Amino acid sequence: MMPPEDNTDRTENALTGTADESRNEPTGLPWFRTWRDVYLFVFSCFVLYVVLLTIFSRAFS
Amino acid sequence: MNVLDYLVLLGTMVGIAAYGMWQTRGRGSLKNYLKGDAATGWGTIGLSVMATQASAITFLSMPGQAYESGMGFVQNYFGMPVALIIIAAVFVPIYRRLKVYTAYEYLGNRFDNKTRLLGAGLFLLQRGLAAGITIYAPAIIVSTVLGWPLNLTILFSGALVIFYTVSGGSKAVGLTQKYQMAVIFIGMIIAFVVLLEKMPQWLGFTDMLRVAGGMGKLDAVSFSTDYHKRYTIWSGLLGGVFLSLAYFGTDQSQVQRYLAGDSLRASRLGLMFNAVLKIPMQFFILLLGALVFVFYQFEQPPVFFNQTVWQAHAQGATGEELHSLQSQFVQVHAEKEASIRTWLNAQHAGAGAAEAAARTQMLAAQQTSDGLIAKTKDTLHAADPKASTTDADYVFITFVLHYLPHGIIGLLVAVIFAAGLSSSSSELNALGSTTTVDFYRNILCKEAADAHYVAASKWFTALWGVVAVGSALFANLVENLIQAVNILGSVFYGVMLGIFLVAFFLKRVGGTAVFFAALAAETLVLTGYFTLNIGYLWYNLIGCAACVLLSLMIQAALGLNARSAKT
Repeated sequence: MMPPEDNTDRTENALTGTADESRNEPTGLPWFRTWRDVYLFVFSCFVLYVVLLTIFSRAFS
Repeated sequence: MNVLDYLVLLGTMVGIAAYGMWQTRGRGSLKNYLKGDAATGWGTIGLSVMATQASAITFLSMPGQAYESGMGFVQNYFGMPVALIIIAAVFVPIYRRLKVYTAYEYLGNRFDNKTRLLGAGLFLLQRGLAAGITIYAPAIIVSTVLGWPLNLTILFSGALVIFYTVSGGSKAVGLTQKYQMAVIFIGMIIAFVVLLEKMPQWLGFTDMLRVAGGMGKLDAVSFSTDYHKRYTIWSGLLGGVFLSLAYFGTDQSQVQRYLAGDSLRASRLGLMFNAVLKIPMQFFILLLGALVFVFYQFEQPPVFFNQTVWQAHAQGATGEELHSLQSQFVQVHAEKEASIRTWLNAQHAGAGAAEAAARTQMLAAQQTSDGLIAKTKDTLHAADPKASTTDADYVFITFVLHYLPHGIIGLLVAVIFAAGLSSSSSELNALGSTTTVDFYRNILCKEAADAHYVAASKWFTALWGVVAVGSALFANLVENLIQAVNILGSVFYGVMLGIFLVAFFLKRVGGTAVFFAALAAETLVLTGYFTLNIGYLWYNLIGCAACVLLSLMIQAALGLNARSAKT
C-alpha cells in the first residue's frame, strides 16, 4: 500500500463552504453589491488605463 | 543639504519609527505579533501592500529609467490588476479560512511537509538576497551624492528598521508604512509641482509633453512582438500576470500584509485598492522622470549623472578626454536647445516644412548627445572596469539636490529612505515569521508556550536584519537596481507560483510529484537564465508552466507505478 503523500482531503474539508462564503460576503461598497461587480470595475479601470496610455503614446510620439 | 534638511530628514525617519514602536509596545501573543490585532482596515492594508512593493529604488530608479529609456517600464505593471483579482477571488479566502500565518503553511496542509519547506526555503533564499539590495539601494546612491559614509548610512537605516520591526511586529510594520506612504505621496507631489515651476515660463504643459514625446520618452505602450525587447505589452501582460500572481499571492512579505486585515473584505479591498491605483502611480513617477528630461533640455545636465565617479576620473589619466567630451556635450546641448525652440515655434505657427526640418535637427542633436554620453561611459569603464557606468539611478536625486528648495530636499531624501524602510520592514517581518512558523515551530520546537514563539520570532527577525545589513555592506552596484530585484524575483517566483497553482487547481497532484517538479523546474529556469537571452519577465511564465506540467507528468508516472505495484 502506498503511504499517503498529501493532505488534499484534509484541506478540502477545511475549505468546505469557502467559495460560497467568500462570494456571499458583502462588499460594503455603495455601488458594488457583489464581488463580481468589484472585480469587473477594477478590470474596466485596467482596460481604460491601457487604452489611455496607448492614445497618450500615439498622441505625443 | 543644510540643517533644515537634516532636521526634516531625521525628524521624519526617526519620528515615524518611534511612533510605530510606541503605538505597538507590548504585543503579547504570536497571533498579535505576526498578524497584528486583527483590527486593520482595508485602507491601511492597501497602503501597506503598496508600501511593501514600492521600495526606495522605485523612486530613485524609475524617474531615471524614464529619463534614459522612456516610459515603457509602466507595462511591467499591466499584469498586476488581473493577478490581484485572481488572488482576491481564489487565494485570500483559502488563506483566511485555514487561518495560516504564512502562505507556506497552506502548502503543508495541502501537500506535505517537504513541499512546505521547499516553498518556505525558496522564499527565504530569494527574499533574503533581495533584502540586502533593499537596504543597499538608497544608501549607495544617497551616500554617493551627499558624500556620506556608505557603511554608516547602511548601518543607520538598517538598525532603525530592525528596531521597530522587531519591537512591534506586523502591526508596527503596517502602522509605520501608512505614515511613510503619506510622506512619499506628499514628497513626490511637491517634487512634481516644483519641477513644473522650474520649467521655462514660455513652455506650456502640452509643449513639455511634445518635447518628451518628440524625443521618444513617452512611448508607454509597445505592441512589438520582438521577444528580445524588454518591455512590451505582451511581456507585461503575460509575464506581469505571473510575476504579480507569484509576488502578491505567494511571497510572505505581501501575504502577511493582507492577512493582517480585520476581515476577508478588508484583505480583498486592500488588494483592489492597489489594482486600481498602481498603474496611475507608476505612470506618475515615470512621467516625472520624462519631465525631468524635458527640464534638462533647457538646463545644462552633466554628461554623467554620477558626478562622484566622473570627478574622480576627471582628475586622473583620462581627465583630458573626459573634459573634452564634456565640452562637446555642452556645445551639442546648446544646439539641441535651439532646435527644440525652433521646432516648438514651427509647431505653434503650423509651419509643416520648418517643423519637419527642426525635428530632424533636434533628433540628430539628441543622437549626437547620446553618443557623447556613451563615449563618456566607455572612457570611464576603460579607466576602471569596476566603476559603475549606470547613472540612471542618479538622475532624480541630482535634480532634487540642485533645484529643490531647502527643507524640501530633506523631505525628498526622507521619501527615499521611507520607501526603503517600508519595504525592508515587510521583508524582515516576513523572513522572521517564515523562519519561526515554517522551520522553528514546524521542525525544531513543536510544543512551546506562545511567549516562546514570540521571542523566537523577534530573534529571527533581528537575525535576518543583521543578514540583510551584512549583505548590503558587501553588495556591489548591479546594473540597474530595480531590474536586479525584478530579475531575482523572476528567477524564483515562477516555480513558486507553479507550486501554488497546482495546490489550488490540480487536486489530484500530490506532494511528491510537485516537490520534484519544482526542483526540476527551478533547475530549468536557472539554466535558461544563464544561457539564453530573453526578457527576464518570461522566466515567471517558463518556471510556472514547467512546474505545473512536470507535476502532472510525475503524478501520472507515480500513478502508473502505484497501479503496477497493486497488480
